Order: sequence, then C-alpha cells, then structure tokens
Amino acid sequence: MSDGDGFEPTIVVFACHWCTYQAINLAGTSRMKYPPNVRVIRVMCSGRVDPQFVIEAFKNGADGVLVAGCHPGDCHYVNGNMKTMRRTVMLEKLLQDMGIEKERFRREWISAAEAKKWVEVVTEMVEQVRKLGPLKLAEREVVMNE
Amino acid sequence: MSKPKVALYWCASCGGCEEATVDLTERLFDLVEAVDIVFWPIAMDFKREDLEKMEDGSIDIAIINGGIRFEEHEEMVKLLRRKSKIVIAYGSCAHLGGIPGLANAYPREEILKFAYEEAPTVINQDRVRPMKKTTVDGMEFELPDFLEYLKPLDEVIDVDYYIPGCPPTPDLTWEAVSKLLSGEIPPKGHVFGSDKSLCHECPLNETKPDEIKLEELKRPHQVVLDRSKCYLTQGVLCMGPVTRGGCEALCIKGGMPCTGCFGPLEGVYNQGAKALSFLASVIDIEDEEKYREMLEKLGFDPIGWFFRYSLAKGMIYRKKGDGE
Repeated sequence: MSDGDGFEPTIVVFACHWCTYQAINLAGTSRMKYPPNVRVIRVMCSGRVDPQFVIEAFKNGADGVLVAGCHPGDCHYVNGNMKTMRRTVMLEKLLQDMGIEKERFRREWISAAEAKKWVEVVTEMVEQVRKLGPLKLAEREVVMNE
Repeated sequence: MSKPKVALYWCASCGGCEEATVDLTERLFDLVEAVDIVFWPIAMDFKREDLEKMEDGSIDIAIINGGIRFEEHEEMVKLLRRKSKIVIAYGSCAHLGGIPGLANAYPREEILKFAYEEAPTVINQDRVRPMKKTTVDGMEFELPDFLEYLKPLDEVIDVDYYIPGCPPTPDLTWEAVSKLLSGEIPPKGHVFGSDKSLCHECPLNETKPDEIKLEELKRPHQVVLDRSKCYLTQGVLCMGPVTRGGCEALCIKGGMPCTGCFGPLEGVYNQGAKALSFLASVIDIEDEEKYREMLEKLGFDPIGWFFRYSLAKGMIYRKKGDGE
C-alpha cells in the first residue's frame, strides 16, 4: 500500500563503530527518541561495507538502507570513509538503475557527538520510506545454487 | 563399450557459443570419434521428438548455452535435464545471464512496447504484438511465451558444471569436456577456468604497481591504450581484478580491457557490486563534488560497466512469497 496504511518500514543501518555507532549510543543514553524501525549493524569502518551487503539487505527484506560513518577527514583508519564516499555515490546510481527509489538508500556522516543528527536522519528516512511503501521488486521463483 | 552420448542445445544466445564449439576445429573430429552427438539442433537435423524418445538419464553430458527467456527454453532444458546425467551451463548467458540478461533492467511490458511500438525504426500502426495463439487460414499456430525475465540456467534446472566465457575459449571447452570424459569428475558446481583472477595470467601484470591511484577515469574509446602497460593504470576500467581467469587474456592481448565475461571469483556472489567496490577504491578523488562531476561527465553507467554479463544473476529480486 503506497499510502503507508499501517506499513512499518525496516531500515538496515550500517554504522561505523567509531562515530555513528557512538552517536546512536549517545542518543540512547541521552534518552532521545527515534523510530524503532532501524536495525543497526555495527561495522569497524563504513569502508567495510561491501556493496554486496547493501544489495543483500534489499534482497532479504530491507525497505531502506543507511550507511553511516565518520565525517571526511575524521576516519579512524585515515581514509576508509573516502572509499565509502566513492562507493556510495556509485551505488546510489546502480540501485536507481535497478529500479530502487532514491530515498531508500542514503549515506550520512554522523560523528560520535551528533546524536541529534542521528535522530533527525533516521526519523526523516523512516518517514520517507513509509510514504513510498514496501519495496517492490521483481519476484522470482526458487533461486537455486545461491 | 558404446560411446558416451553428448547433447548440445542453445537457448537465448547469439550463436557465439556454437561458434566456439566449431572452433575446436580438428579437435572436433577427435570429439566425434570419442562421443556420439545425439542432439544438436543448430548443426544437425534433430527434432524435439528425437529427444523425447530417448530414455531418461541416457545422455551422458548435455551442454546448454544461452539464458532462459522463452517458455520453449524452459521446457527444453527441463527435458534435457531429465534425459542427462551431467548438465553443463556453457557460456556467460547460461552461467550468469550474459548480454541478453541486460534486458532484466526493464520489465517485460516495457521491452515489448519499445520493440513493437516505440523504436524509431518500427512502423506498426495497428500495434500488433506477438500472440501466444493465432489462427491463419483455419490453422492454429502457437508461439512460446516471452517470460517476465531472463534467467540463468541454474535458476530453472539443476546444473552440474559451468564453462564460463563469452564465448568460452575452444581450449577451455576441450579441457573441460576431455576431463569429464576421462572420468576426472570435479565436485558439483565447479566452474571451469582458473581459480585466480585474470590479473594472475595477464601479460601486463608485471607493469601493475602495488597501489593504483587514478585521478581520472576514461572510457576505452577516449584513449589510445598503451598495450605494454596495465590498462587500469591508464585510467580505464578493466574487470580483470574481479573476474575469473582462464581465458588466456585474449581481450587484453587484443588491446581491450577485460569486461568480465568469465564471471565472479569463488566466494563472490555479485561480480558487479564487487567491481564497483574495487573501482571506487582505486580512484584518488576525495572531493565529493569533483567526483560526482567526473562520473556525470563520463556518462557513468554502473549496469553496463560492472554487470555486463551478470545482471540476471546480480539484479535485486525478492524470492517469491517473501514480504507482503
């Protein structure tokens, strides 16, 4: 249902251990509220996020995917997030070409102190995806040898 | 002892794979000497009834090329599966979907609409579309239906082995077939070719530095490649690092970067995504605006660049019955 009638989206978040994951912690300890639709997966660096992970998330039922890491220049591993930047820009276009709406994939830089930004980003994303409705993809019969 | 029986069949493909089989040249005689070809409709006069009459499991090896796009393909490969002990997916289309698999970027209706109504070279005022059944002069004709998407062979039937390539090289074909005939049976699901990436057998590998950093990307037509230097270092996308070797680096020797027809390496299930990942890592631009501008100017086309042969496998689908 595209009017979002009772639909609760699932957003998979890949969060960098050093920044975004700490921001999510901070949001929790500061008792800030954010929608329960997110499923956070902690990775050591946003640069660890293989584009295959994002594709796999969509395949397995995610309605949206968020990749979040340190601000440019702040990477714990010097330049891991720059790889993330270049990958996600390409991935954005790839997903759109595969028929996935732009709003369903997002990359954000959220530092350890930006709990407020985290709350804003996920609240906005959940709202946008809720409006879009469940991810509609081509369905296929049993996929063998996968 | 009777000779092993071999069947060859093609589905949605260009005929290049058949060409590769014929390119066995003199070895083709050795092949005919060693086996009985019991079904090969493109080269000899075999009909579906001939296949139906055979006993189940009586064919030793069925070599099938092409993706599955029509009902007819689906029926034929299911029939071949029943009649054969070993089924080989031959060539990129059967293995990963190949070039015809690129059409999976569009739904069926859009393809038919363009091909029969909107293409600039089409004149079709009555908007006639191919129909499954039609009657002409009292005779009823039936056509196989055009399926929703193209599927690689292993999504329709159980596949034992894969011979990759667009087309597979005659040497690789010969190696695989003679191995199977000699009883040297690899584990099920084995993909013939090298276990290592193309770079390992590339004649230009020595010129590849430890770390590649590209300030600018180019497309192959925008540059005259120096054929003695790793093409990646010259700024063009070469799929070598993420593609299975075994092709003798034919394209590289011919002055073209690899486009990835041998498919993903072991452990990689999405060749295109992996290629995207690797290309993004070797580009040396840290300014997002500048980076976006460069991609825009190049006409960045991730499906065409990274998924040229593997879109049917790498596309995002959801299994039927999931979700809603």
